[in-house]
Amino acid sequence: MGFWEITLSLINGLEMTCLIFALTLVLALPLGLVIAFGSMSKFKPLAYVTKVFVWIIRGIPLMLQIFVVFYVPGLVFNATGLSRFTSVIIAFVINYACYFSEIYRGGIESISKGQYEAGAVLGMTKSQVFFKVILLQVVKRILAPMSNEVITLVKDTALARVIMIVEILKAAEFFTSYGLIWPMFYTAVFYLIFVGILTLIFGFFEKKLDYFKA
Amino acid sequence: MALLEVSDITKSFGKTKVLRGIDFSLEKGKALSIIGSSGSGKTTLLRCLNFLETPDTGTISVDGEKIFDASAQKKPSEAEIRKNRLRFGLVFQSFNLFPQYSVLENITLAPKLRVNEKKLPADIKKQELDKINQNALALLERVGLTEKADFYPCQLSGGQQQRVAIARALALSPDILCFDEPTSALDPELTGEVLRVIKDLKSADTTMIVVTHEMDFARNVSDEIMFMADGIIEEMGTPEEIFDNPKSQKTKAFLNKSLESF
Repeated sequence: MGFWEITLSLINGLEMTCLIFALTLVLALPLGLVIAFGSMSKFKPLAYVTKVFVWIIRGIPLMLQIFVVFYVPGLVFNATGLSRFTSVIIAFVINYACYFSEIYRGGIESISKGQYEAGAVLGMTKSQVFFKVILLQVVKRILAPMSNEVITLVKDTALARVIMIVEILKAAEFFTSYGLIWPMFYTAVFYLIFVGILTLIFGFFEKKLDYFKA
Repeated sequence: MALLEVSDITKSFGKTKVLRGIDFSLEKGKALSIIGSSGSGKTTLLRCLNFLETPDTGTISVDGEKIFDASAQKKPSEAEIRKNRLRFGLVFQSFNLFPQYSVLENITLAPKLRVNEKKLPADIKKQELDKINQNALALLERVGLTEKADFYPCQLSGGQQQRVAIARALALSPDILCFDEPTSALDPELTGEVLRVIKDLKSADTTMIVVTHEMDFARNVSDEIMFMADGIIEEMGTPEEIFDNPKSQKTKAFLNKSLESF
């Protein structure tokens, strides 16, 4: 097995890594906002339920959550389980949405009441105030913690291999049965490039929002 | 008939009674200054007029139209509150400009959103939006900041930011413009430029209510002075009446303290 063959095989695995990463991000970013509004709700029961939910999801290892989504429907309810891929996406989306929700909440609550009031006395509706005035300020403030979380997600995708999803690390693991260890270490190069690109992207947005202070 | 009529406004926060029955009226084109020590309820009164707080009792009428009535059976809808809010403009102590928008955008944002909400044919909409821009530039000229139109709030001094905030409030042509201690957050050397702008508005017959600690300003610019203490109007009258011949002991004590020279 030559270097190129192994590289190709890892790139195949990387495709799965990218797919889990992208789907999780696309679904968890908006879901996180919904959960954030839930935990900030003035309707107290909703706020409590949301907070307990976030506590549970953040309090249990993601690996365990993947097992739960994959095995529990079949074991407990005798239902046909979800596919491996769907299980992984559900577990990742819920887990990351909870982390994102707390970042959003912190960002939203850090905006001064004066911004809301200024919008209100100018006759803007609540949603106009949020989307036209508050949101961009929140984005600016949460960019750094979000970049942390997104970078963590890149590496967390490796957890999908616990239910036999062949992402890049699993693809490399395959070669150990041929006595080849180095492909495992070789994956680090791919992760580093991936995270390097993300860092550049976040840096770009931070610069873009540099023109104002919030 | 008075432009603004306020009657029996009370407001409590928990057990603290902040406003304990406020009645007054204001004629069109007049400037009213509200003075009093902190905690007397001045700012709360202003916030009630702007629907940032809901009074527990009382009514507020503008131009003969009752825009707030605490005893009304049904609560006003959000749309009604929005409409009534536009009767008043409010300039905050801490400016509260929107940091991500340029000076011009700060002024045009709310009026443009209102135009965009209406279903208008494209060409009429464009005319309306152009008008808003023209109006905003005229307002900027009025507050002396034409050359700052494309600056962002973080590039301006406090005094300049407050002048933009005044222009922003004027852009919706409120019937009554309210100021909540407009110079309290400013360095002393910057208060003058803001007070001058307010004075200019006064000469243009803008109806104004100004909560202020600037006694000289209150005396020179206002048609009427309201002195508040402990949630009621202790005394109200012309500047001469209040400053030169205060009747109440509390007013006298407050003025002595405020006018003490250091």
